Amino acid sequence: MAIMRPFWPTRDSSVVGELDRMRRDMDRLFGSLSGRSFREPVAGVFPLTNITEDNNNYYVRAELPGIKGDDLDISVTGEGISISGERKIPEEKKDASYHRREREAGKFSRMLTLPGQVDTGKVEASCADGILTVILPKAETAKPRQISVKAV
Amino acid sequence: MTGSEAKALEAKEKQEVSTDVEQTRPGATFTPAVDIFETETGITLLADMPGVKAKDLDIDLQKSVLTIKGDVPSPEGPSEMDVFREYNTGSYIRQFALSDAIDQSKIGAELKDGVLKLVMPKAEKAVPRKIAVKKG
Repeated sequence: MAIMRPFWPTRDSSVVGELDRMRRDMDRLFGSLSGRSFREPVAGVFPLTNITEDNNNYYVRAELPGIKGDDLDISVTGEGISISGERKIPEEKKDASYHRREREAGKFSRMLTLPGQVDTGKVEASCADGILTVILPKAETAKPRQISVKAV
Repeated sequence: MTGSEAKALEAKEKQEVSTDVEQTRPGATFTPAVDIFETETGITLLADMPGVKAKDLDIDLQKSVLTIKGDVPSPEGPSEMDVFREYNTGSYIRQFALSDAIDQSKIGAELKDGVLKLVMPKAEKAVPRKIAVKKG
């Protein structure tokens, strides 16, 4: 029984390695042609979220056009927040013909970790004009404490 | 699991534009995503403009160019510091060329939950009229 051997030498620096490099380059080229930028949003998860803080609270904000408070499901644990819901776009009449269709509908669910502990009992969330704002008061242990320096 | 589930929404980066005409206040400008569809009676435009309130919305129509503009105030308070930022806030602007078939005096606008709905009825002469064919 003959043992099958590749026709070309198998050292990686030669043909096979070349083919591998070529394949990676082609992938990269076609990737950029298909319109997906390499710089995807950090987590690639909807909705994009901003977290800010001041001395007393963390603030979590997300842009959710077309979504009311009732459509959202927000839950908080000691250090994390989860935001879920569904964006629905009402169906238009049968005879509507679209010139452009850029908005998307669908479900979303996202969990974020906060930089410190929060007081889960005092969290407030509001949704106005398509912007969700969640105010999470920091737990006492997470608030900065001024330490006075004694002069010796 | 039965039936078809709604597909999961994917995050999209906001489309920033550089316009020829500068805004009076510095800040980023974004293109809102729109759906435009046409029925027999008119054209409807739906634009996602989260953060825009009715008083900051500007709809302008000149020489058959429709401009929708919405200012968005920065939502962060002065003492807030960024921990994690995935999107920037800025005003929205987009322009469209309207066909002459629109009755420009009857355009209606509604802004709800950050979604602008513009209803643009076609002018009377542009509504297709059914013509009955008599048997001869």
